[in-house]
Amino acid sequence: MKPPPFSYHDPATITEAVELLATLDNAKLLAGGQSLMAMLNMRYAQPDHVIDLNRVEGLSYIRATGDGLEIGAMTRQRDVEFSNDVRRLCPLLNEAMPLVGHRQTRNRGTFGGSLAHFDSSAEIPTVCAGLDAVLRVAGPRGEREIAFKDFPAGYLSTSMELDEVLVSVRLPAWGAGHGFGFEEFARRHGDFAIVSAAALLEAGTDGRITRASLTLGGIGSAPVRVAQAEAALMGEPGSVETFAAAAEMARGIDAHEDIHAPAAYRQHLAVVLSRRALEKAWSRVEGN
Amino acid sequence: MSEKRRVSLAVNGTAYEETIETRLTLADFLRHQLGLTGTHLGCEHGVCGACTVLVDGYSVRSCLMLAVQAGGSDITTVEGIAPSKDELHPLQEAFRDNHGLQCGFCTPGMLTTLVEFLRDNPSPTERDVREAISGNLCRCTGYQGIVDAALDAAQRLKGQDRTAGPDGGESP
Repeated sequence: MKPPPFSYHDPATITEAVELLATLDNAKLLAGGQSLMAMLNMRYAQPDHVIDLNRVEGLSYIRATGDGLEIGAMTRQRDVEFSNDVRRLCPLLNEAMPLVGHRQTRNRGTFGGSLAHFDSSAEIPTVCAGLDAVLRVAGPRGEREIAFKDFPAGYLSTSMELDEVLVSVRLPAWGAGHGFGFEEFARRHGDFAIVSAAALLEAGTDGRITRASLTLGGIGSAPVRVAQAEAALMGEPGSVETFAAAAEMARGIDAHEDIHAPAAYRQHLAVVLSRRALEKAWSRVEGN
Repeated sequence: MSEKRRVSLAVNGTAYEETIETRLTLADFLRHQLGLTGTHLGCEHGVCGACTVLVDGYSVRSCLMLAVQAGGSDITTVEGIAPSKDELHPLQEAFRDNHGLQCGFCTPGMLTTLVEFLRDNPSPTERDVREAISGNLCRCTGYQGIVDAALDAAQRLKGQDRTAGPDGGESP
């Protein structure tokens, strides 16, 4: 239960970090360490080099942009949890943050670290899926942006290249007065969700839904949007029946099975949590 | 291969300059190199919360942080929360009076977590307290005594503030 020997590097700039990552063999990036340190202690991970991003300048910030938020990859989860800009512009994220691990892990864990590690039952990737986040990565070939829909590449795997570092995330804000709801089922507070559901809704003056987003976390190898339900909600009046019918469509999503729950149970949770998240989101749409 | 670094940090108000093996966790550094064995290690992979310490005032699992990362930081362990050698912190007194511990293994993590929590939330509800300690496992008490102690400590800490204030109000 001790980390294996490794060479430790603590670059001061992102350029240096990228250079180290490109030149060192079997290197691992260390962000908040709330997953990697446990993996090192248990020797699931045995890197020859650890590149610590904690002293890299300019990676920790929350910025309100014209159309939403930009969050630096090394921003502590705690800072996201208590940010007024997050509460104002991305209230869905604000609602999900207290469910991310525990106070002690949020003090250290980072927003970008959770995305790069990419546990499909983690709350941050689920919210980012629902908001169509755009991830900015830096590598030896320069910087590029990845739309969230192109980010997952399998269980705990992303489409970032091995020599790329996540530097920031853009979260497009929904319209003023939109509704949001995040629901999850976990065995204990702070555990990873067995299944989570994130819903966003906008409505026109006639009370009909003009925009909908419904995402499930924990169900498969990556958070998944329930596109069929989103399409079915468009133009509908927000009613118990509407949301029940849309939520039922979540049952068809492929679910994985593990020691926590069989696939059918996950699909059952997907329906129940989707309905609750949609109803909660609807109750928060301005004017309802 | 045992790579080492020279690191300066403060622990419980004492400045240290130490040569630290880079792969050493902060928890093992505190226990083995500084001899501060009050910080307990239960699971060593971030689940039990026993190893919680305060890093620059924020609760952190010291098994999930490298000691070299604490360079320049101010660490408070359970040994450092009491005001003096002869006095207990009001939270420690409340734990004693409310049977907030039995075997005592989880206690250092409970105390450090709650020091931060009560500083940020001086008037918590029972639910708030239970959520605050959700990352700390206790196998003896069933948590009831710990929750009672935390709520009692909140009252005691408020009492302290009142005596410090000019007219029973807030401190200046």
